[in-house]
Amino acid sequence: MSTTVPLPTYRYGITRVWRAEIFRLRRWTAIWILTAAWLLLDSLFTFVFNWVSYASGSDNFSNQGVSQEHLLASILPSALAQDLPQGMPLFGGALMMVLGAIVAGNGYGWGTWKTVFTQGPSRASTVLGSILAVATTVLALLAVTIVLDVAFSLVIAGTESQAVHWPSAGAMAKSVLAAFMVMELWTMAGYLLGTIARSPAVSIGLGLVWNMVIENLLRGVGNSLHAVAVVTHFLPGTAAGSLVGRLAGMDTVNPTPGVLDTLGTARAVVTVAIYLIGLPVLAGWLLRRRDVS
Amino acid sequence: MDTHDVVVRTDALTKRYGDRLAVDAVDLTVRRGEIYGFLGPNGAGKTTTLRMLLGLVRPTSGEAVVLGGTPGTPEVTHRLGALIEGPGFYPYLTGRANLRTLARYRGLPESRVEEALARVDLSDRADDRFRSYSLGMKQRLGVAAALLGDPELIVLDEPTNGLDPAGMADMRRLVVSLAEDGHTILLSSHLLAEVEEICHRVGIISHGRLRAQSTVAELRGASRLRVVAAPTERAMAAAARIAGEGAVALDPAASDGHALIVEVPADRTPEIVAALVADGVAVHDVRRTERTLEEVFFAMTGSDRTEAELLEAAR
Repeated sequence: MSTTVPLPTYRYGITRVWRAEIFRLRRWTAIWILTAAWLLLDSLFTFVFNWVSYASGSDNFSNQGVSQEHLLASILPSALAQDLPQGMPLFGGALMMVLGAIVAGNGYGWGTWKTVFTQGPSRASTVLGSILAVATTVLALLAVTIVLDVAFSLVIAGTESQAVHWPSAGAMAKSVLAAFMVMELWTMAGYLLGTIARSPAVSIGLGLVWNMVIENLLRGVGNSLHAVAVVTHFLPGTAAGSLVGRLAGMDTVNPTPGVLDTLGTARAVVTVAIYLIGLPVLAGWLLRRRDVS
Repeated sequence: MDTHDVVVRTDALTKRYGDRLAVDAVDLTVRRGEIYGFLGPNGAGKTTTLRMLLGLVRPTSGEAVVLGGTPGTPEVTHRLGALIEGPGFYPYLTGRANLRTLARYRGLPESRVEEALARVDLSDRADDRFRSYSLGMKQRLGVAAALLGDPELIVLDEPTNGLDPAGMADMRRLVVSLAEDGHTILLSSHLLAEVEEICHRVGIISHGRLRAQSTVAELRGASRLRVVAAPTERAMAAAARIAGEGAVALDPAASDGHALIVEVPADRTPEIVAALVADGVAVHDVRRTERTLEEVFFAMTGSDRTEAELLEAAR
């Protein structure tokens, strides 16, 4: 083998890992399927169903009792800040959990953790680079979601001959921040579960049951048992739902499942931030310390 | 031995999983530029030992020094390449894309990917997805990945697994050529002929313990001279005059009683033959015999069945 190319130094490990992970993640069909599923669900539940209901003058399961004016206003550009993160605490979070779980869990099943841990960068750099690449994927998904939501709202405004009013920059910034924090929280929850289970299948199953069922059941029990209600205030679903409800706004007339007003703004931000730091730190600690066999 | 010549050194390296001792106080030394064969039955502790040398598994006790550093640290891992217990790649990527991913990990130019693919003769299938590869192709891609960084030390765990006979021969030639290029190779295998053919030194591990570590020739021991001659008594006397009384005996395996076993270095064979002829002994056959590595291996690993016998029993 040629030795004319000098061997690289082992510095800049995180950057190299990030580049490598981005390279392979964007070629992974599963990532594109998750992206497509999220964009489809976001389009349908945020815009299409409401627009069809408005245009046809009919009720569906999600807008019973909502006035036509309110229905139209909720899908115009002026409502973008509120619309953007509405689906993220529930089904967006579930999909992001799948993303995190398959990235971390498949590394064990395919034996790729052992491969990348022997390529030069330290384990800490490798794990951090991987987590940053996943966060980049979430950011890219969020950017596409914003573009899609803007496009939908503009088409609806144009079709319905409505004036275009944009939300304030501050409202939009808070909305984007809430959206990213919620999506990243669930992604990292999946990443941690994939790391603990060393398998995507078990972690996806556990994560989805938690996200879609357990937390909702606990909140239901919490309505009658104060002690359980207190516990639910610390759960990721409550924190994520409250963050969206507080930062992006909550449609009190036609509330979206998963969007809550349980916690105040500061409490929701702090709780989500603790999860955003704690989940990857725990996953990284496990990946760094554990034997890879 | 100059410490700079030692690429891998372990000192009482031990790994325990609960009550099971997987690796038991192994002292291993791999020297620069050699092909070291790490030989042992399945489950003997070969892969666990290699994983500790790569920093994938933490030792319970003992120490390992690889390329002068601690296993698993960037200072070490960027100077070695490894294929450990089967290749671990992204199944949805092509062979080429998998190597490009790893090249990014190492900060290497893409030209290295093409060189590595060509070296394992996988360029033609490099754009097929990894999941569609045969076991042999997966192994070859694993070796290509190990070669990417032009490493000083290449660790290959059972590299011929899944290869057909031609592929195994190609792999052996590749390993020899890598050593000729100055790479140090640490090769684990349970294929005795493979190790005997290409390795300079061998370590034999069984039940987690390193039973022996030496050159293949030393392990096999001194060769012996088997002489078929008559009359036997006169032949024994003539041979004993040259080799010494204790070095000559009748071959217990010979049915006709005319064969002698003479423990004598190879360069003294002409003297023995000359003495026999000078004493009027009729010499019918003279040949040197050696223990095979297989015999040594089974003696050290506690099995009294040869590989051929085990294969026969498996049929």
